[in-house]
Amino acid sequence: MNKEMSKKIHKFVQNGMYILLDINSGAVHVIDEMIYDIMDYFDGENDTEVINNLSDKYSEGDLQEALSELHSLMDINQLFAPDIAVPPTFKEKGLVKSLCLMTAHDCNMRCKYCFGDTGEYGGERQLMSEEVGKAAVDYIISHSGLRKHCEIDFFGGEPLINMPLVKTVTEYVRKREQETGKVFKLTLTTNGLALHDDNIKWLNDNNISLVLSTDGRKETHDNMRPDCGGQPTYDKIMKNFRKCVDSRHGENYYMRGTYTAENLDFTQDVKAMADAGFDILSMEPVVLKDSPYALTEEMLPEIFAEYDRLTEFYLKRHREGKGFFFFHFNMDLSNGPCVAKRLAGCGSGHEYYAVAANGDLYPCHQFVGRKKYKLGDVFNDLDEGAEEITRYFRESHVLNKDKCKDCWAKFFCSGGCHANADLFNDDIRIPYETGCAIQKKRLECALAVQATLALEKIGTKNFTPATSNC
Amino acid sequence: MKHIQTVNAPTLQATKNSGGCGECQASCQSACKTSCTVGNQVCESKK
Repeated sequence: MNKEMSKKIHKFVQNGMYILLDINSGAVHVIDEMIYDIMDYFDGENDTEVINNLSDKYSEGDLQEALSELHSLMDINQLFAPDIAVPPTFKEKGLVKSLCLMTAHDCNMRCKYCFGDTGEYGGERQLMSEEVGKAAVDYIISHSGLRKHCEIDFFGGEPLINMPLVKTVTEYVRKREQETGKVFKLTLTTNGLALHDDNIKWLNDNNISLVLSTDGRKETHDNMRPDCGGQPTYDKIMKNFRKCVDSRHGENYYMRGTYTAENLDFTQDVKAMADAGFDILSMEPVVLKDSPYALTEEMLPEIFAEYDRLTEFYLKRHREGKGFFFFHFNMDLSNGPCVAKRLAGCGSGHEYYAVAANGDLYPCHQFVGRKKYKLGDVFNDLDEGAEEITRYFRESHVLNKDKCKDCWAKFFCSGGCHANADLFNDDIRIPYETGCAIQKKRLECALAVQATLALEKIGTKNFTPATSNC
Repeated sequence: MKHIQTVNAPTLQATKNSGGCGECQASCQSACKTSCTVGNQVCESKK
């Protein structure tokens, strides 16, 4: 196939299913082995060449029939769809719609992989003041233009150790919502150690979404997430999480874990969460440099095999009626984000800022403490010259990054995490490669999951390839 | 079709000149939050 056309598709085999993704339309086709082979050669106008190359394996009649189906897809722009340029609706300057408040540069746990230096973020232990918190709310309101929906994430360190601030900011947000017509979604990320009946009730009453951190199995969790005295925390936090999730009727939460080099069999950790009765789950690869817990290129085959196992496990539980949400497998292939959103990505540095405990603004929570990325503060807005940085972030989208332009995953991952790119390559436009590899595998699994569920729903589960790789 | 089953109604081409209202949720790409990767999102205007 000619090189330009090969950049428009991605074909792969996942959990026994042959899948063809048309990159520029987002169409996902489940195909048979013959189409899979044809796509090694087919470029839209070379039917004779395709037949000549595959006539030893397939009959000419079958090949012509398959080629005819491919031409039908081309006619409706679901195969080799035209390249996508920056849409006119992608504004030059982003509006700030989301803030991450570093409510506490301090923590009551000492997780071994913490990117925030167990809360210090390269500085001193510090709690955010009410003055900073309220100024942050005013900042997002005055910088979000006509946008109705805004978000604030109470983050840390551990936000529950600065609960007075969380309460004050929440009350202020609700007051400002009434005054401005804005609608805020509030989220709090917690390790669970300081959850108790009173703050659980308050979090429920105030409609705060929760992200609950645990690493799955007791031994995995206790190995990586001790308290300040080095003592295990699993039993305490799981008791608190159980109480908390039950009290909100199993809704409005995510339970998330991190896997490291020490638990590459992380399907067992997802299983442990599910078996503990939680069903809105996520498990993330750790991002570390020069650490014994870091994921390395050499581990990728093992990690990929584990995602295959996770996919099988996810589908098995789904079919048994014991399904769970797994964040990275959730994907609405027909109602996904527009192109402009796929370019904006996470919005770090142009739609999304982190507010450090002292009020300093950074492109996101991961950049806090990286001095060259300090953008300004919530009282005085951006520093002189910081507009250049925010513009650079805005323009660092997948159509501008060399390694992303021709990557099949670009409209799903939006170029990955800028902070990780900076950490590994000192340049937000050079993606973190191990992260990319994991992301792509995870996306293939997600596409296979969604394709499987879609086919089962419409009753064509017998449409399976003649052979499989597992 | 006999050899191909398309499992979605793709929208990318339809939004290459539109969209951009920005009302959708922010999508953290990092590992420390539940990384709401863009591909996992639903368009807010279609909810």
